[in-house]
Amino acid sequence: MTSRRSLCLLITALLAVPSLAACGAGDSGGSAGDGSLLTIYSGRDAEYVAPIIDRFRKAHPDIHVKVRYGDSAELAATIREEGDRSPADLFFSQDAGALGALQGVGLLKKLPQATLDRVPAEFNSAAGDWVGVTGRVRVLAYDSRKLKEADLPASVFDLTQPRWKGKIGWAPTNASFQSFVTGMRKVEGDAKTKAWLEAMKANGTQAYEKNGIIRDAIASGEIEAGLINHYYIIEGRTAGEVKGNDYPVHLHFFPNGDIGTMVNVSGIGILSGAGQQANAQRFIDFVLERPQQEYFARDVGEYPLIPGVPQDPSLPPFASITRPKVNLADLADLQGTQALLQQAGVL
Amino acid sequence: MRARLRLRRLPPGVLVAAIVVAAACAIPVAYLAVVMLDDPSAAWDAIWRSSTLTLLLRSAAFAIAVGAGATALALPLAWLTARTDLPLRRLWTVLATLPLVIPSYIGAYLLVSALGPRGELQRILAPIGIERIPSIYGFGGAWVVLTLFTYPLVLLPLRAALRRMDPALEDAARGMGRSEWAVARTVVLPQLVPAIGAGALLAALYALSDFGAVSILRFDSFTRVIYQSYRGSFDRTGAAALAALLVVVMVGLLLLESRARRGRAYFRSAPGVARDARIVRLGRWRWPALAFCAAVALVAFVLPVAMLLLWSGRSVAGSVAWPDVLAATGNSLLLAALAAAFATLAALPIAWLGARHPGRATGLLGALTTTGYALPGIVVALALVFFGIRVVPALYQSLPMLVFALVILLAPLAVGAARSAFLQISPRVEEAARGAGRSPASVAARITFPLARAGILAGAALVFLAAIKELPAVVLLSPIGFDTLPLMIWQETNRSYFEAGAIPALVLLAVSAPPLWLLVGRER
Repeated sequence: MTSRRSLCLLITALLAVPSLAACGAGDSGGSAGDGSLLTIYSGRDAEYVAPIIDRFRKAHPDIHVKVRYGDSAELAATIREEGDRSPADLFFSQDAGALGALQGVGLLKKLPQATLDRVPAEFNSAAGDWVGVTGRVRVLAYDSRKLKEADLPASVFDLTQPRWKGKIGWAPTNASFQSFVTGMRKVEGDAKTKAWLEAMKANGTQAYEKNGIIRDAIASGEIEAGLINHYYIIEGRTAGEVKGNDYPVHLHFFPNGDIGTMVNVSGIGILSGAGQQANAQRFIDFVLERPQQEYFARDVGEYPLIPGVPQDPSLPPFASITRPKVNLADLADLQGTQALLQQAGVL
Repeated sequence: MRARLRLRRLPPGVLVAAIVVAAACAIPVAYLAVVMLDDPSAAWDAIWRSSTLTLLLRSAAFAIAVGAGATALALPLAWLTARTDLPLRRLWTVLATLPLVIPSYIGAYLLVSALGPRGELQRILAPIGIERIPSIYGFGGAWVVLTLFTYPLVLLPLRAALRRMDPALEDAARGMGRSEWAVARTVVLPQLVPAIGAGALLAALYALSDFGAVSILRFDSFTRVIYQSYRGSFDRTGAAALAALLVVVMVGLLLLESRARRGRAYFRSAPGVARDARIVRLGRWRWPALAFCAAVALVAFVLPVAMLLLWSGRSVAGSVAWPDVLAATGNSLLLAALAAAFATLAALPIAWLGARHPGRATGLLGALTTTGYALPGIVVALALVFFGIRVVPALYQSLPMLVFALVILLAPLAVGAARSAFLQISPRVEEAARGAGRSPASVAARITFPLARAGILAGAALVFLAAIKELPAVVLLSPIGFDTLPLMIWQETNRSYFEAGAIPALVLLAVSAPPLWLLVGRER
């Protein structure tokens, strides 16, 4: 009885397929060529990007925007396989590395100089293939109940001292952390980086999966400090158990251009096979406009890259951060970093 | 030579169907070849890298360990629930099967959160001075987690085999004065070999292709390294070369399994009415037996679900976007139902040939059909990206293509179930019908399929349960806006709070119940 019913269900499902196939195909027809479509692959979370998309839709009601959300690197790998046939017009990436990888295989289109000029050159691709959208800084988040500013180290290399034994958190498998290690290799060299990784491990540094988990571990008093991206603090302040000004986790920006405060960017580029170049260009110009930059600064807590846009007032001014000299294009070289992390026994 | 001669004797219609299915399932292999030939020297370098051999041996050992571990858990559970007077047998049967609905990425995360060095258990133990629990990361932890969440793949065919086994053989052996233990060892166990082989193979292959659990438990399996090649170094050639080696490991495991099963008959010895097997009285052994069942159910199901409930309470129900959850649930159900239907259809010719005409040619077809299941989801997804956009651009990132991807990924689940069902039908029954003048099609429709129906449906249910949990292929190949429950869980947890994913995860478990009923609830 039951099995016959399930068999019926099966057959119904089979019959439903051709009709679904038809509408599915219609849906993904790609660029229709009527100038009203825009397809974006976003390696950034829907939580942060969807509000921007809504604003864009309001400003350009004639443009039909579709967004595929995924992991930045996996989307880059997908575009790599799609080649010039990709249905995507734009790639909005969480970090410079994935954009650099696409640029390396010639799948990004050169942007107009006027667009590139809106953002300081150090945050764009040197070849002009993509433009930075927001800045994200590596920091040492710490428990302000246990540590005073004077206790904090001047360099990320000081975290290997016995004072910090077992009290620091990091996220070795996390993409932002690996980007940071890549930057360290480029500035300080492989040998020094490996020695640091080994010393950190020997010093009992606690491994976590993600930035947010490190932040929460500090808030709950498990560890005293941890290496994270700066903007996680904003979410912590609004969603943590103790909110607002009483939130116990504070940020320490290493001074004097220490590699510990490396700056990475989220960025965006037009695909070389984009069918909707004009709309893609419109979107890029839109996210670089003041109101959108203000949104990223206020709601996400990232640093705006357009000069003159106010940043989150609780963070130190972007200009006051002495940035280490890292070429963002170099951050695509993660292979060596992962090998090094494995040699050091961290991964 | 011999293979070709055998091919001629196969029924042409079934053979053509099987070749079509195997060819479709071989798309990922073709993709790997294309990528490697694109840059042969880089592929060669990746294969001969000093770390690759270690990786190969470690992954093979891991897969075998998971297959063995799953069997070790499943054997006593199957026997207790199918052949003894264990109290509350129905309940234990259902509970023992339930871990099947928990995705490995969620299960691993929950176990780490519960039993990890800084997990809930440590919090409970903190007052008595325990600051850290020994690390569960690495081979051991990943092995435990994957064993816990794959053993139902062995349990289900084992229980089915135990229940359908001809008790006449055992009775005969007992009649000759053999002890119970000798009967179990010499009569029952050998009969269970195909079920154990098929189930352990699926568990082992799952361990090879799993990413969720090994990444959370930080065990460097092939699949984790392949993901890191894509994610970290954007190295598609290196990833493809490693994936090709993974196929080699898979072939090794397939050969192991087919050796174990070779040249035996598994249908009932004589015609006659099926009789239920003898029920063993446990006596005072029922207490340790109950404790064992309870322990497995506790760790593999109750604990993870309790954690989810705890977190869903913390995540505050008010912040849940219920319309989105509802839409994602509908999409997940539709996708899983379509994948189950098509994977089952695709499995039938392969399974029938494998059962009735075992040989090198059908073995090759079966192996090709299995590759998708052994490969990481991202490799299969990228293979379909590569070929899909070039061959059928109109269907690219549409629902049919997504279903197609899931069929490639999951067909072996249906093949295994259908093949064991066919194996337990005596070919003599089919021959008799043919002798009575029935056409082959009529024999299939009136004899073979009705007899194998339960097994085939069980396979469909397995595919459904796996499809509803699938993530990597859905991320890359779903139509834009077609959100599924795993996609939602991934997006919620990606932000930082795993708690936020607890509600969709609980919904995922809840909607997996009906097909589970199909697997175990229909028994009398």
